[in-house]
Amino acid sequence: MKASRAGWLFVAPAMVAIAVFFVVPVAAALAMSFTDFDIYALADIGNLRIVGLDNYAWLLKTPLFWQALANTFFFVLVGVPLSIAASLAAALLLNSPLARFKAFYRTALFAPVVTTLVAVAVVWRYLLHTRYGLLNHALASIGIDPIDWLGHPQWAMPAIVLLSVWKNFGYNMIILLAGLQAIPKDLYEAASLEGASWWQQLRHVTLPTLAPMLLMVSILTMAAHFQLFAEPYVMTQGGPAQRTVTVLYFMYEEGFKWWSLGSASAVAFVLFLFMFGFTLLQLRVARYKEAM
Amino acid sequence: MTHADRATWTRRAWLGAAAALGTAACTRGDNRTIRFWAMGREGEVATELLADFEREHPGVRVRIEQLPWTAAHEKLLTAFAGDATPDIAQMGNTWLPEFVALGALEPLDQRVQASPDIDARDYFPGIWDTNRVQGRLFGVPWYVDTRLLFYRRDLLAQAGFAAPPRTWDEWMQMLAAVKRLVGPERYAILLPLNEYDPLVALALQQNEPLLREDGRFGNFRSEGFRRTWRFYLSMYEQRLAPPASSNEIANVWNEFARGYFSFYISGPWQIGEFRRRLPAALQSAWATAPLPGPHGPGASIAGGSSLVLFRRSRRKDAAWQLVQYLSRPAVQQRFHAITGNLPPRRSVWDHAVLAQDVPTLAFRDQLERVVPLPKVPEWERIATELRVIVERVVHGDVPADLALAELDARVDTMLEKRRWLLDRRAGG
Repeated sequence: MKASRAGWLFVAPAMVAIAVFFVVPVAAALAMSFTDFDIYALADIGNLRIVGLDNYAWLLKTPLFWQALANTFFFVLVGVPLSIAASLAAALLLNSPLARFKAFYRTALFAPVVTTLVAVAVVWRYLLHTRYGLLNHALASIGIDPIDWLGHPQWAMPAIVLLSVWKNFGYNMIILLAGLQAIPKDLYEAASLEGASWWQQLRHVTLPTLAPMLLMVSILTMAAHFQLFAEPYVMTQGGPAQRTVTVLYFMYEEGFKWWSLGSASAVAFVLFLFMFGFTLLQLRVARYKEAM
Repeated sequence: MTHADRATWTRRAWLGAAAALGTAACTRGDNRTIRFWAMGREGEVATELLADFEREHPGVRVRIEQLPWTAAHEKLLTAFAGDATPDIAQMGNTWLPEFVALGALEPLDQRVQASPDIDARDYFPGIWDTNRVQGRLFGVPWYVDTRLLFYRRDLLAQAGFAAPPRTWDEWMQMLAAVKRLVGPERYAILLPLNEYDPLVALALQQNEPLLREDGRFGNFRSEGFRRTWRFYLSMYEQRLAPPASSNEIANVWNEFARGYFSFYISGPWQIGEFRRRLPAALQSAWATAPLPGPHGPGASIAGGSSLVLFRRSRRKDAAWQLVQYLSRPAVQQRFHAITGNLPPRRSVWDHAVLAQDVPTLAFRDQLERVVPLPKVPEWERIATELRVIVERVVHGDVPADLALAELDARVDTMLEKRRWLLDRRAGG
């Protein structure tokens, strides 16, 4: 009894902080999502209407919301595997006994993660420029016609994926590298004594040992990808033809550009439900695989 | 407790806490200090103008707080929510309806009538009108802004035209001729898909308003707007304008110098940019002209910044002194000399420097024909929707003939709250 009270006492400061900075704002946002809070309500709270689920119903009727959802899903479904594959490949290369100048490459590959996005965006806008861009220049040398990366509705999101993968793979790479270095060397020695090829070692030693880490990395990466905002904000402002409007970008415009805080809160909760659902799914899949 | 008191109290309880952490805590001056919020470049240079004001009004101090334009709107709203508005501020005149709806601004009709320095008849009428919301005056124009044509005189001459267009028909002929001259790789005009100003300026030239019934509904299916709509889209259809946003153009001045396009609709700040950024050889090759209209010189947007007083200020009289001082023709001349901003008063334009500057003179002409944007708080959102629908039509997502019905439907949704409020006010 006494011990448990002491325990509560110890966690109390953290609980208070969580209550004040997490539970209360989330509850307030949930309440707000059932109202039409906007600048008129800011002027006079008498202009506030309780609208029940209208905000959610409105969202479902708004084509831009569906477009934003589709854009976000595209980004998650293409970006997450690509990003993890890039991280894993880079980590494997860095961990290879054949690699030289490891510290240099580790730093170089991690550098994009700590670079300011706005600066990166300026450089990438030039790389992706239709007429003067390096990327189209390279494509032209293998006979591919110039692509209007940021101006064509079909190509803008792939361009954002490219930028985002390049910008963020270094972070997961470091986590996976730590995981790789923790794999006991004798496992590989045993495997090679048995005559396992490089590919077999990867499949039967590296990946299974790395699985918990890959799961964590994939959950974190997916959560981050669902919250894509800054890249389209600085690169395309949601354009062309709203093909890079993501759910979070939509929420930002609703809430902070147009001050429809009610519907913006509703967007936040819908996004939360999606992310929650996907994370559960991932955990399910991981557990199922483990059971096998 | 009156209704307003209760509203204020509740608002403070809801939002004050958040704002208290930010703006409210740090900005309470003593009683003789006026807080003046100014944005961007104006915020930087206003200090130079204020030394004389403080000499004239001993005991009054002005503290300028600079806001970047990108954050200004948000800061003003947060300040309002946190009860931390300044005494006087520079405000984009399109924001006025919103802050009037909030009840944040002080009406100025009586002060202007009593003022020896401010003569409403000296101001361009379209600009003055932007400060009138619901029949009352809430701001005094500080500087003006509008959109007109920048064009390549040399390329136009090569295409066979000695003077800029005055009507849409002439303009269309010239655009087609320039396009023939420069070939398929280049264009005649730049209408960036991420800007709504050019389309809105051309739409204001029509007789029908953009919103109908006191801003209750969108009016984009009206015959007037359809004329502008067809004209505007035809420039993309005939490949006279590149279907691109300004992000993809990368550097507007380089492209203008290369002849990638020959016509560009932009504002007064561009005069300085063109002088600075275009090569010396091209300096005599560019010129400005008022916007062509459907049947002769057309209207454009009445933009710019106004000076406003805040209702919650306790130093309104001193702040009003500052408004009057900044509105004096002599001070406006200095302001123009420092910033290049265009003055809103005709008497200032008669002054030698402005009267001799050729590219600027087109603005003088245009300013006699400027029209305010619809005065509803939702306007910017509506204009953004307009921009988006043009982009979608140009990219082939929506057929042009169905787009306007969709636009009206969306705008009507945005104005739903406004209709509810207007009806409630009319009823109770």
